[in-house]
Amino acid sequence: MKALVWHGTTDIRCDSVPDPQIEHPRDAIIKVTSCAICGSDLHLYDHFMPGMKSGDIMGHETMGEVVEVGSETKGKLKVGDRVVIPFTIICGECDQCKRGNFSVCERTNRNGHIAAKAFGHTTAGLFGYTHLTGGYPGGQAEYLRVPFADTTHIKVPDGIPDEKLLFLSDIFPTGWQAAVQCDIQPTDTVAIWGAGPVGQMAIRSAILLGAKQVIVIDRVPERLAMAEAGGAITINFDEESVIERLNELTNGKGPEKCIDAVGMEAHAAGTVDAMYDRVKQATMMETDRPHVLREMAYVCRPAGTLSVPGVYGGLLDKIPFGAIMNKGLTIRTGQTHVNRWTDDLLRRIEEGQIDPSFVITHTVSLDEGPDMYKIFRDKQDGCIKVVIKP
Amino acid sequence: MRYETERTRRRGHADTATDTLARGLGLFSIALGIAEIAAPRALARALGMKGQEGLIAGYGVREIATGIGILASKDPTPWIWGRVAGDGLDLATLATALEGNNPKKGNVGIAMAAVAGVTALDVYCAQTLSRESPHPLPPLQDYSNRTGYPRGIEQSHGAASDFEVPRDFRTPEALRPYTQPEASRHPQPSM
Repeated sequence: MKALVWHGTTDIRCDSVPDPQIEHPRDAIIKVTSCAICGSDLHLYDHFMPGMKSGDIMGHETMGEVVEVGSETKGKLKVGDRVVIPFTIICGECDQCKRGNFSVCERTNRNGHIAAKAFGHTTAGLFGYTHLTGGYPGGQAEYLRVPFADTTHIKVPDGIPDEKLLFLSDIFPTGWQAAVQCDIQPTDTVAIWGAGPVGQMAIRSAILLGAKQVIVIDRVPERLAMAEAGGAITINFDEESVIERLNELTNGKGPEKCIDAVGMEAHAAGTVDAMYDRVKQATMMETDRPHVLREMAYVCRPAGTLSVPGVYGGLLDKIPFGAIMNKGLTIRTGQTHVNRWTDDLLRRIEEGQIDPSFVITHTVSLDEGPDMYKIFRDKQDGCIKVVIKP
Repeated sequence: MRYETERTRRRGHADTATDTLARGLGLFSIALGIAEIAAPRALARALGMKGQEGLIAGYGVREIATGIGILASKDPTPWIWGRVAGDGLDLATLATALEGNNPKKGNVGIAMAAVAGVTALDVYCAQTLSRESPHPLPPLQDYSNRTGYPRGIEQSHGAASDFEVPRDFRTPEALRPYTQPEASRHPQPSM
């Protein structure tokens, strides 16, 4: 089959690789009908996340049709089922899964001992996202093996196009959880850093959840336009002071809820701390560029909440913990517990409250995938979300 | 639209942070050049390189020229690569001061470490700029109709108010009075 394969920094190719096989009775194989490139894939493309090996198949936003099932999936999954595959692989049986904390499933990361060394304890296995999270082949391919398939799937009905359902795999529940972590009240101003795909979903989620005011911070004109269409007030950080504008929009009090939909590769032009991060990262003295975290901690209203769906990988410098502590901020973070939200979100799609396909700007074949990584990374051609049709 | 400005749209690439870095390096180049031209004797003395004042002043001219090139050109990439070459020359020149009985070897070592640090920054900047497209951005795509709400934004605002935030994601009770203005009607907790 054809698949998008990581070969090194900014080197992704469309290769022919062996078809996946059932390896365990809980496995299933799906024929991929649609998959997408995620913003977090760019951390792998640029090789900011450790633990990739040449030959790894990319992709963790996938949906398709079940074509083969293992003996222990019977009753829960059958050939012909239409499924969206969550990016987190879940066993459904461990303590964390039982609590709904699926992204920290204790059993699905087959390299859990490596993750435990990096993070103290293991987190869930993920598709196509480094050997720290299990080294599972990803879904930017014609076929995908789904481990723990009896629990790692979201059944979706026929009659709704892939484009409306695909993002249940990651960015829609990620934006949703980012907003839910804020426990949004009708009086809240929610500030969202980053108008990429997750930021766009967070905007819509905050609006659906009834925020009084949603403000988004970015600098890419197309992304700001899409954010504005979703009901957000926009701040272009190249053009104006984020802190001053946020205070102006909140009568000097600061936003109650702040969402970091940027993560480890913040591009903040002209600020001293951003320059500092660039130098430290270039000289391998810091893994991540946490400008957004610093800005959120500083501007957030006392007793407010910082919600962090943006991906961080390692060690961060100069985090103003004094501001966080003295203002009594609550920080909520984490990879998304996808299956915790998807039944509810699927209902909202079916009811017409939201159509997540608004975010798609490019639809391409697998062969065009490697070029789209670069276009997406460089934000060229108005690229916000790429869907791949294998 | 407020965000559709000349500055945002004129750039041939998205990474304006690298442009800012390039500008910073251009300013640094000029400042260093001025120092080398203004005080070549003091620098030579500090580095134990007496007799090389002319060379230091010459390097100052080079720094200023490079800095102006970076700041004045449309595409600073070749000028930043020029800085990288100049860094190599500086390091080679400083290395000659490590030979013999130079009593200022310590200072030379510090200067070499500083130049090496700046070199790393120059290389990073040059590589990043080289990766970026020199072509201007294509026209804006129009996403102003991409609301994501099939029923319209008015209908969708608060449509998920039936959603019950799970207990583990709720704002702690003790913080609620501070984030909800209606709660200010209640007595404030005393210190």
